[in-house]
Amino acid sequence: MLATQLDALAGAASAGVAEAFALVDGFDDALVEGLGRLDAVRGDALTALAGAVAATPMGPAVRDAAEKVLAGSVTDEALVTLAGARAAVLGAAHDAVLAGFDGALGRARLDWDPAGEPAVAPRPPGREPALAGCRSWLRELAVTGWRGVDEDVVSSSAQARQAVLAEPGLRRLAVLLDGLAAELRASGQAGTASGPPVRRWADLWARAQLLAWRGDWSPPAGPAGGQGAGLVSGRLLPLGVEVAEHDTAARVQVHAVLEPAAEGGVDGRPRLVRTGVTVAKVDTLVGPALWRLFADYPVLLGALAEHRALEIADMVSLGSGDLVWREDAARLGDAADPFVTARVRLAEAVAPAPAPLDRHPVRIAEPVLVEGYTTASDEATQTLTFDLAGTALVVEADPTVDPASSLGPLTPALLAASSACLGLLRWDDGRWWLRPLAAQAVVKRKPVTAHAGDWALGATDPKIAKARAKNGDAVAVLRERAGRLLRR
Amino acid sequence: MGADSAKGRDTRRRGVGRVVPPVGPRALAKVPFVELADGRLRGVVSSGSDIERVYVSSIVAGTHEYSCGTNNNRPCGGLTGTGLCNHLRALVDAAVLQYGGGRVARYLRVDGAEDAMSADDVVSRMRGQRARLEAASVFSGFLRHLGYLELPDVALPVPELDWFPAGRAVL
Repeated sequence: MLATQLDALAGAASAGVAEAFALVDGFDDALVEGLGRLDAVRGDALTALAGAVAATPMGPAVRDAAEKVLAGSVTDEALVTLAGARAAVLGAAHDAVLAGFDGALGRARLDWDPAGEPAVAPRPPGREPALAGCRSWLRELAVTGWRGVDEDVVSSSAQARQAVLAEPGLRRLAVLLDGLAAELRASGQAGTASGPPVRRWADLWARAQLLAWRGDWSPPAGPAGGQGAGLVSGRLLPLGVEVAEHDTAARVQVHAVLEPAAEGGVDGRPRLVRTGVTVAKVDTLVGPALWRLFADYPVLLGALAEHRALEIADMVSLGSGDLVWREDAARLGDAADPFVTARVRLAEAVAPAPAPLDRHPVRIAEPVLVEGYTTASDEATQTLTFDLAGTALVVEADPTVDPASSLGPLTPALLAASSACLGLLRWDDGRWWLRPLAAQAVVKRKPVTAHAGDWALGATDPKIAKARAKNGDAVAVLRERAGRLLRR
Repeated sequence: MGADSAKGRDTRRRGVGRVVPPVGPRALAKVPFVELADGRLRGVVSSGSDIERVYVSSIVAGTHEYSCGTNNNRPCGGLTGTGLCNHLRALVDAAVLQYGGGRVARYLRVDGAEDAMSADDVVSRMRGQRARLEAASVFSGFLRHLGYLELPDVALPVPELDWFPAGRAVL
């Protein structure tokens, strides 16, 4: 990414984005004290949200929902309708922000093609009680408001969360609710004197509300899920990996350039894709132990740790640009330096269309290569910024921690000394952020390159590997101890 | 976190970022399981002398009543009327390591709870008596916990995890 591109991006505040967020903020603020205690200002915010979507097909339904809630009748249907209106407004903001990015960077993007997407699976019967339990808890949260949530309110979600967890087709909802419940519980104990994270919790609540209405909108799972058109073969060149996790789930997501085999592809141009795996875990499996949770995926992790390409054959490809990872549809290929991939292939790669129901500004995570910057660390605020010819980009650098408990070698010090950085450009709180995937730096006069996935198969630094070994294989320890308890 | 955080930035309008840091990594052999739930600090503690044996230990928030025993309801021999046994002590140590002293102290509602509390601080402020053993509830908590390790992996996208990037940075 060039300085001129970042400059264009920073200046590309699309018309209407700020107004869209103002509408969302009004709704989100109402959730702080709860929809059961609306004052005039909060009530106006609901009416304003309904007004914003008045001209759309959902207009009349949202107006009715807002009126119901204002009259004190907080029903599931009214809540999911308001959550839908909020999602629609944020979807529009997402489109404007992404269009600004594509314009500034000159990134080509596919249009959403509903024909290419496998049909959403028919809803299996028997899910409704689990979904109703979740909606009931979400309704309680909405009525109570974040300030009213105490341990009893959080604990009351346990049964509903167990029920959705038991339904394989509802994992997205289960993962989301576990994450939200853990945050509510932890910050409840810490006191909320400094205020709840208003946007974040409203995002999580609204998304859960949508997922709990009819269930997941993912396409059917499994290798046979897509029609023939949804299968791709070719060479996958990883750009980097990002790890996501909360107490009970972890995900690796690889961003890569796909060079489709002869018959596929968009005019022979490479495509930007994502692939990865999500696993369940427990809260004590953190830091380096996270990689071990993905031990069943040696091909995927091997490509990350060894900087290799992947040859894939007949892997299911979704319209959203996600490949449904299968170890047996992939094998390790030749060495492939992600920086070379970024320099040679990224500019011409065609980006996927976002899945319509997943359009949300938080979903924007565009791979970019940043060079020619100066770095600045602010000790007081612990922020690292890259300055490209006068335009600043905030870097999401983790606070310095014991290297033995971190996921990879991409430390703040290394980033501060870097001269090239491969990362994901994200948009949050009205500005652009860079989430680093890899960096090239000069440390003690020696060139160093570090990637987020370098330790996917174990730490390469023997000192760190040794420090980790003393905690043992956490999963094995848990199972062994459980066995003792069960036998007695 | 929040509007007047120490860092001075208003984070109310941030979508992505942790509200609390992930629990600290710790060895699990001695105390495989700890939770703050149902008004109790409770967990599973390995016997110090017999690899075959595992104890369930629990401390009630507020009253600080405590109990410890094997899962077939045999009380712990180290439990006297006057204080915590080694297992309960190990439970508090692990909880402080995992959640931080402040969170444990606030949950147990010990006097003068504050962030910098050590396990010693927490224990010295506890005022409870020995109480009836509650192995079954600790047990079911541990089984629910372990149930996560049996769930199938998901290869389809889980976009919801975009809100939960790994790392220790906190809003």
